[in-house]
Amino acid sequence: MISLKELKKGLLTSLWFVFLTFPIMVIKVDPFERTITWRWHNAVYMAIGTFCIFFIMKFYMQRKEMKKDTQKDSNDSILQKTLLDTRKRNIFIGTVLAVALLFPQFVSSYQTNVMTTALMYVVLGLGLNIVVGLAGLLDLGFVAFYAVGAYSYALLNLHFGLGFWTVLPIGGLMAAFFGIMLGFPVLRLRGDYLAIVTLGFGEIIRLILENWGTFSQGPSGISNIPRPSLFGLDLSLGQAINYTYYLMIVFVIITIFVVNRLQDSRLGRAWIALREDEIACQAMGIDKRKTKLVAFSLGAFWAGAVGVIFAAKTTFINPASFTFLESAIILSIVVLGGMGSIIGVIFGALILILMPEYLRALSEYRMLAFGAILVCMMIFRPQGLISNIRRTYKFDKTNLKTTPK
Amino acid sequence: MDYFIELFFSGLTRGSIYALIALGYTMVYGIIGLINFAHGEIYMIGAFTAFIVATVLSIYGFPLLAIVVIAGVAAVVWSSSYAYTIEKIAYKPLRHAPRLSPLISAIGMSIFLQNYVLLAQTSDFLPFPALIPEFAFMEPIAHIVGSSDLVILITTFIVMIILTIIIKFSKIGKAMRATAQDRMMATLVGINVNSVISATFIVGSALAAIGGLLIASHIGQINFYIGFIAGIKAFTAAVLGGIGSIPGAVLGSLILGLTESFATGYVSSDYEDVFAFSLLVLILIFKPSGLLGKTTNQKV
Repeated sequence: MISLKELKKGLLTSLWFVFLTFPIMVIKVDPFERTITWRWHNAVYMAIGTFCIFFIMKFYMQRKEMKKDTQKDSNDSILQKTLLDTRKRNIFIGTVLAVALLFPQFVSSYQTNVMTTALMYVVLGLGLNIVVGLAGLLDLGFVAFYAVGAYSYALLNLHFGLGFWTVLPIGGLMAAFFGIMLGFPVLRLRGDYLAIVTLGFGEIIRLILENWGTFSQGPSGISNIPRPSLFGLDLSLGQAINYTYYLMIVFVIITIFVVNRLQDSRLGRAWIALREDEIACQAMGIDKRKTKLVAFSLGAFWAGAVGVIFAAKTTFINPASFTFLESAIILSIVVLGGMGSIIGVIFGALILILMPEYLRALSEYRMLAFGAILVCMMIFRPQGLISNIRRTYKFDKTNLKTTPK
Repeated sequence: MDYFIELFFSGLTRGSIYALIALGYTMVYGIIGLINFAHGEIYMIGAFTAFIVATVLSIYGFPLLAIVVIAGVAAVVWSSSYAYTIEKIAYKPLRHAPRLSPLISAIGMSIFLQNYVLLAQTSDFLPFPALIPEFAFMEPIAHIVGSSDLVILITTFIVMIILTIIIKFSKIGKAMRATAQDRMMATLVGINVNSVISATFIVGSALAAIGGLLIASHIGQINFYIGFIAGIKAFTAAVLGGIGSIPGAVLGSLILGLTESFATGYVSSDYEDVFAFSLLVLILIFKPSGLLGKTTNQKV
C-alpha cells in the first residue's frame, strides 16, 4: 500500500521536476517577434508523468527486493535455453532463415529497403561488438571506419571505375588499416581516455571529408554511385533492392559465422581476458599490443565492408551520414542487445532500427529514446536484453554450499 | 603585430571559456573517476536558461544590469539543479559498477538532454541578446580586444580565485580534496561522501553555466548542439592539462584556446576542430597523464 510518507515524497519529486523543466518546457520565446508563449500544459504533464514514474520505480524496486529474498534470479531467458539445445537451435535458425529469405517476396520494396538497413546495422553492431563487447575497448568513433569504407567505394569508383566486388574487400582493408592507425597511438590509454580519443578520431575523419573539397567533394557529397552488379545483368530498381537485401543476408550470415568462431578461438579468449583484467592477462603471456590492434582492425574491417554496401545501396553519400550520432546508435545497439552476445546484438539492431521506422509518429522522439535507453539499460539491466552466456562447467555436489556459476 | 595580439587575446578568451567548462570535468573526474559526458549539455542548458530568462525580461523592459544579474543567477541555479538531478538518476546507482557502465550512462544522458532541448525548444539557431555592453574606454583598442573579451577574461579570473579559495580553505573544499584522495578514508573520518559528490557536481555546473552565459553573449547565438563540441573541447583541455588536476585544467584550456586561435588565424579556419583533436592525440601519445597530471601506477 502507498503510505502517506511515500505520497509526500512522490509529490515532492514531481514538484522538483516541474521546477527543473520549467524554463525549457514551459516558456518559449520568439526573439524576432518578441513574443512569449507560456505552455502551462507541459508543466501539468510533467507533474503527472514524474509522479507516476516515481511510483512505478518504487514498485519495481520493491519487487526486485522481494525477488532477491525469495529466490536466486536466473538470468537465462527462454531464448537462451532454446539456443543451448542443439535440436531446438537448428529449428529456430531454420525458421528465421526461411522467413528472412521469403521476406522480400511478400512485402513492398520499401519494406525490403528498411530491412536491408537494419541488416547493415546488425553487421555494424557485430563489428563494434568485437571491440566493445569482447575486447572491452569503448570505441566512440566507430562510424569513422564506416565512412572510410563508403568513401573508398565512392572515390575508387569515381576515379578508377572500380566495381563493387573489387572494392568490397579493399574498403574493408582500408578501414582495417585505419583501425590500426588509430590503434597504435591509443594502445597505452585506459578506458575513458580511449573513448575520447576515438571520438576525436571519428570527428577528425568527418571534418576532413567535409572540408577537403578537392578530395571528397566536400559537404555536397558524391552521387551516382553504381549499385552492386550481378554478373553484368541489368537489374530494375526493385530487383536491385531485392538483390542488395539478399547480399546483406549472406553478409550477415558470414559475419555471424566468423564472429562466433572468433569468440571461441584463442584470440577471442585473449580478448575476453583482456576485458576482464589487463594486468592478469599480460601476466598470462598475452601480447596486449597485438591483441588490441587485431580487435581494432577486425572491428573496423566489418564497418568498412558495410560502408561499401551502404554507398552502393543509397548511391549517394555525404559526410552528414557519418556523425557522432551514428556511432551512438551503433553503441546503443551493442549495449541494448547485450555486450558480447551475438544474438543480443542482432535483436538490438532490429529493435532500434525497425522500431522508429514503424512508429513514424514517434520518430521525432527517437534520439530521446536512445539516450533514455542507454541510461536505463545501464541502471536496470547492464548485461543487455539477451546477455552472453559464458561456457561454464556445472559442478553439482549437493553438500557444497556454493555452486560455481 | 596587431593581428598577432588580436589572435592572442581571442585565444585567451576561448581558453578561459574552455577552462570554466573543463573545471567541471576535472573536478568530477578527480572525485569519482567518471568522465561526465553530460557536462557539455549542462553548459548548453545554462546558456538556454539564460537566453530564455534574458529574452523574457527584455520583453518586459527590465534594465540591462538587472537582466544580466537575473539571467546569470537563473543559469547557475538551473544548471546546478540539472547536474544534481542527473547525478542522482544516472550516476549514483552505478557507483560500484564496472568502469564502462557510468560512461555509457553519461553518453545516454547527453543524447537525452540534447534532444530534450531540441524537442522542447527548437533546432534553429537563436540570437542571444548582447548582455555585455561596448565600453567607451575600450574604444581605442576595440579592433584588437573587444569589450566582451575583457569581461570574459576578468570574470573567469575572479571565478578562478573564488574557486581556489573554496577548494583550499572552505570546509566543503577540504572534504572534496579528501574524497578525491581516498573515498573510503574520507567516509571513515566522518565526511558524507554523497553530499560531497553532489556539491562537486553543483560547483562544476555553476562554472559551466557562467561559461555558457558568457560565450553565448560573446558569440551572439545558441542552439541545442553547442554543448557537444564545447564539451569535447573542454574535455580535451582537461586531459591536456592532466585530468583531475585543477591548475592543469586551466593551463590545458589556455593552451588549447591559443593553439586553436593561432591555427585558425595563420593556417586555415576549416580545420579548427581537427587541430584541437590532433593536439589531444599528440599529447596523449607522448604524455598519457597530461601536462600536470600525476602518473598513477596500477595496482593489482
